[in-house]
Amino acid sequence: MRRVPFPALIGLFITTLFLLCAIFAQWVAPYSVSEIVGDVWEPASAEHLLGTDNIGRDLLSRLIWGGQTTIFVAIAATVVSFVTGSVLGLFAAVIGGWIDQLLSRFVDLIMAIPTLIFALVVLSVMPVTLPVLILVMGLLDSTRVFRLSRAVASDIEVMDYVEAARLRGEGRTWIIFREILPNALSPLVAEAGMRFIFMVLFVSTLSFLGLGVQPPAADWGGIVKENKDGIVYGIPAALLPAIAIAALAISVNLVADWVLDRTSSLKGGRNG
Amino acid sequence: MNSLVVKLLVQRISLGLLLIFLVSILIFVGTQILPGDVAQSILGQTATPESLANLREELGLNVPAYQRYFSWLGGVLQGDLGTSLTNGRDIATSIGERLGNTLFLAAWAAVISVPLAITLGLISVLYRGRWPDKLISAVTLSAISIPEFMMSYILMYFVAVKLGWAPSVAMLNSSMGFWDKLHAITLPVAVLVFVVLAHMMRMTRAALLNVMQSAYIETAELKGIPRLQVIWRHAFPNSIAPIVNVVMLNLAYLVVGVVVVEVVFVYPGMGQYLVDHVAKRDVPVVQACGLIFAAVYILLNMFADIVSILANPRLRHPK
Repeated sequence: MRRVPFPALIGLFITTLFLLCAIFAQWVAPYSVSEIVGDVWEPASAEHLLGTDNIGRDLLSRLIWGGQTTIFVAIAATVVSFVTGSVLGLFAAVIGGWIDQLLSRFVDLIMAIPTLIFALVVLSVMPVTLPVLILVMGLLDSTRVFRLSRAVASDIEVMDYVEAARLRGEGRTWIIFREILPNALSPLVAEAGMRFIFMVLFVSTLSFLGLGVQPPAADWGGIVKENKDGIVYGIPAALLPAIAIAALAISVNLVADWVLDRTSSLKGGRNG
Repeated sequence: MNSLVVKLLVQRISLGLLLIFLVSILIFVGTQILPGDVAQSILGQTATPESLANLREELGLNVPAYQRYFSWLGGVLQGDLGTSLTNGRDIATSIGERLGNTLFLAAWAAVISVPLAITLGLISVLYRGRWPDKLISAVTLSAISIPEFMMSYILMYFVAVKLGWAPSVAMLNSSMGFWDKLHAITLPVAVLVFVVLAHMMRMTRAALLNVMQSAYIETAELKGIPRLQVIWRHAFPNSIAPIVNVVMLNLAYLVVGVVVVEVVFVYPGMGQYLVDHVAKRDVPVVQACGLIFAAVYILLNMFADIVSILANPRLRHPK
């Protein structure tokens, strides 16, 4: 095990911090998510470290609870996107033929529509609940994972050891999960980091537009929406989630870069 | 122009048109996949059977879906986008005014960001690995990591509220002159520029660096040509195709980024229109806007491919 480079270390530290805050929100947050504890938009004080929000709830607690929702939704959507995208992508690469053609062309079609626009079209008729949100985001995003995993798997599929496994008489499922998947895992893991960040941005954008996480639940995009009117009066409450999102996004990026770097140098460089 | 290029162009253009047609089906189907039907979801669970029946009649839900699709498509092809459910107004007229505003905003963002991105890309290749390169890539990385709406509020807070340099909302009305309009959209344009600039600049840098590894660049360097001239005379012309591609892709991205930025700055464009009507579950408006956004996106991507076909000397002068 080589020494972890400094930026990746910082990334890991901050990412872990965010995850711990999200998991243990119940104990970390000083107040409950919907409790009104003070005046409207109180400045920061000893009781309220970041001040209060547009109806007098503690902003720090809202941010921690909001982080829980945002990170939970983003992780769930990433899992949906990865399971669907990579399983279909690996199968398409191994099976080939018309199934591969059909899936690939369908994915091309979906990707021809901007993700946000398609999500808005679908959400205009769907009830906006957390499971629907996670499914819509995850399935729309699985197109990207499909492309990546199909490309990676087609590279691996022509390797000698896959051929050897075929000659041994192994079944298709064995080849996909025991020969290809382990070797395709590292680029996929790095991609998972990027997809997760994209999901955080996506769910925040949807909530900000009022089509994501519904009140009274808190999430980072929603906090901006609630506090945006304060901006005009010079109250920066709406900017705090931006700092949280940027910090999370950059630290996950640093970790993903490191994972990609490490695996590509192990394999003699995939990208030249 | 030889026959090979013409053939490729015809193929690419027909593919684009086919895609738009398929996307129209997808958007139509996308608004049909739900438990119950549109009428139920518009009126909610408490609707009376009579009002449901009325709305179904009004929406034409009593005829099969494929018939509705073709009558919708037929209307769209003749410029009839239907009427809005919430205010009964003609959708094509409402979109007409707003589309112009949206294009005004996007065009200014493009005019500013494209030259800036290419210049910055050149600079960071010129000073590769030294502090200007590192500074530019750190700033662009953070720009990518912040969603558009947050970038908007950050600028609104510091530039409009604290410094008072620009208006914090971008409302337009017909009595405003050209310069007033331009002043009103300062901040939204700045946000859009910032967001696409980051992507565009990073991709320009990558495209240039890719060319810089070629043998003829090394030859030019060994001849003793100054570095700037090597980049400008030898690397840049050869990376025009990928750079134009990058620019087009980002313009396509701009079309989408506009949606969120318009909502933030209360700008009377297509994006705000779409988001408002998604919340009101006004399906005909959502279908129409979705189709227009997707069509613009597909067309821009198609132009990107056309330019790279035309810019490829191997295709223009086949052996």
